[in-house]
Amino acid sequence: MAHVAFFAIGAIAVASALGLILRPNAIHGALFLVVNLGSVAALYLMLGAEFLAAAQVIVYAGAIMVLFVFAIMVLIPGKEETGPDPRRGARLVAVPVGALLLLLLAFVIVGRWNAPRGAVVPSGSAAAVGRLLFTSYLFPFELTSVLLLAAMVGVLLLARRRA
Amino acid sequence: MLIDLGIAFGRVAFVMLFVLNVAALLGWVERKQSAIMQDRIGANRASIFGIRALGLFHPLADTLKMLTKEDFRPAGADRLLFDLAPAVSVFFALVAFASIPFGDTLQVAGRVVPLQAVTLNVGVLYVFAMLSLGVYGVMMAGWSSANNYALLGGQRAAALMISAEIAIGASIMGVVMIHGSLNLMDIVRGQGHLLWGWLPAWGIITQPLAFILFVTAGIAATKRIPFDTPEGESEIIGYFVEYSGMKFGMFLMTDMVETIVLAGLSTSLFLGGWQIPYLFAEGFKFPWGAGIALPPLLVTLLQVGAFVGKVAVVIFVLMLIRWTLPRFRYDQAMRLGWLGLFPLAIANIVVTGLVLAAWGNG
Repeated sequence: MAHVAFFAIGAIAVASALGLILRPNAIHGALFLVVNLGSVAALYLMLGAEFLAAAQVIVYAGAIMVLFVFAIMVLIPGKEETGPDPRRGARLVAVPVGALLLLLLAFVIVGRWNAPRGAVVPSGSAAAVGRLLFTSYLFPFELTSVLLLAAMVGVLLLARRRA
Repeated sequence: MLIDLGIAFGRVAFVMLFVLNVAALLGWVERKQSAIMQDRIGANRASIFGIRALGLFHPLADTLKMLTKEDFRPAGADRLLFDLAPAVSVFFALVAFASIPFGDTLQVAGRVVPLQAVTLNVGVLYVFAMLSLGVYGVMMAGWSSANNYALLGGQRAAALMISAEIAIGASIMGVVMIHGSLNLMDIVRGQGHLLWGWLPAWGIITQPLAFILFVTAGIAATKRIPFDTPEGESEIIGYFVEYSGMKFGMFLMTDMVETIVLAGLSTSLFLGGWQIPYLFAEGFKFPWGAGIALPPLLVTLLQVGAFVGKVAVVIFVLMLIRWTLPRFRYDQAMRLGWLGLFPLAIANIVVTGLVLAAWGNG
């Protein structure tokens, strides 16, 4: 049962990822990405990481992607498709780099396939995630907040210069 | 196995039928309430065999009318997204109610059944996530209609949604901090405690500012007056300008369902959910010592009734607000969200944290 659900959700995730890169229409692509993020959240849910799944949906699917779609709606307001790729040369680099990533993933998956399954599954509850963030991973966590602050100051500066 | 299946079905069916039926009824409530507030008679013409029943047949007549109308699609529309948009909109509104508890537990065939459609450890975040995904239906409708007014409506909806969503998320944090749980059932149970032995620890008493912020941002998130800039029927008509028939009806229904979800969530977070003051599992126990013993089934029924009653009262108040205030201008709504609600919600979190620390872990 869990296997069927896993493969069904995985198939949706892969199909929507393909839709994202293959559709010439920007809005369709963005909506495919929303579907992809949602199906990955469903995979988190199946692994017992409830908080991660909820955060994924709220932050990525609910907030960031709404901004993406909003920006596309403002910049490309019609049904016009984006036309031919203005930077076709980039594909010459993209194909080998993508192949390299695929190879790396294959190595990881094959290497892990026969490894013993983790007996202790860490709890995915909000309390467990929060405790980890504020103890073991305190430094990276605080570093992230500094990064976000820097980005926010940068946005303010750019917005003020424009006005 | 069969009993478990039946129980699961019953839990889902109760919530589904409750939300759908109340949503249908709300169309009538809205018209009648506005009529009374504006000293009119209101909808009273629909009748079956001469029985008018205060216009209660109007939702039925409206549904029949919408189902039999022409389903028009503009020539330049993106067919798939145009057809999908109302379904997406109403779907996320309908599933959002699933983790809101409508009662405590019920003993059925030797099993303890929690009275909510789905038991989730992150229930608050779930409702919040589903409400925030609903905006895609509106944005898809606005973009796919090939109409500039619809597009404007979709853009406004997106901007409004983000500013409201952040305020909602920040305002419920105070409640979550007090109860130390994201599970709505735990939060409602926690509100059964009595402060100083007599005052029920409802969210509206422990978090009064958060309640006001939550309801304000909640009205904005459901795009209702005074935050109905995405619709704005007197200026841009809005994201559903090209829709007709039942597809238009589904957008109307989304509004009603979202109002019910908002009422259910505010009831659970701030008004004690299914709790009745001084009513415990064994019956009433008053602070002055008196008590009335009640059978468990009656207690459960009373609690479910209390939840439904509270939701009805919140919906009534939401409709009062809707028919009282004029629409905010788009920039005013944005400013209120980012410069009013959000900083206050953050301040509320800080103050709640300080008080909890001083209190000694709440």
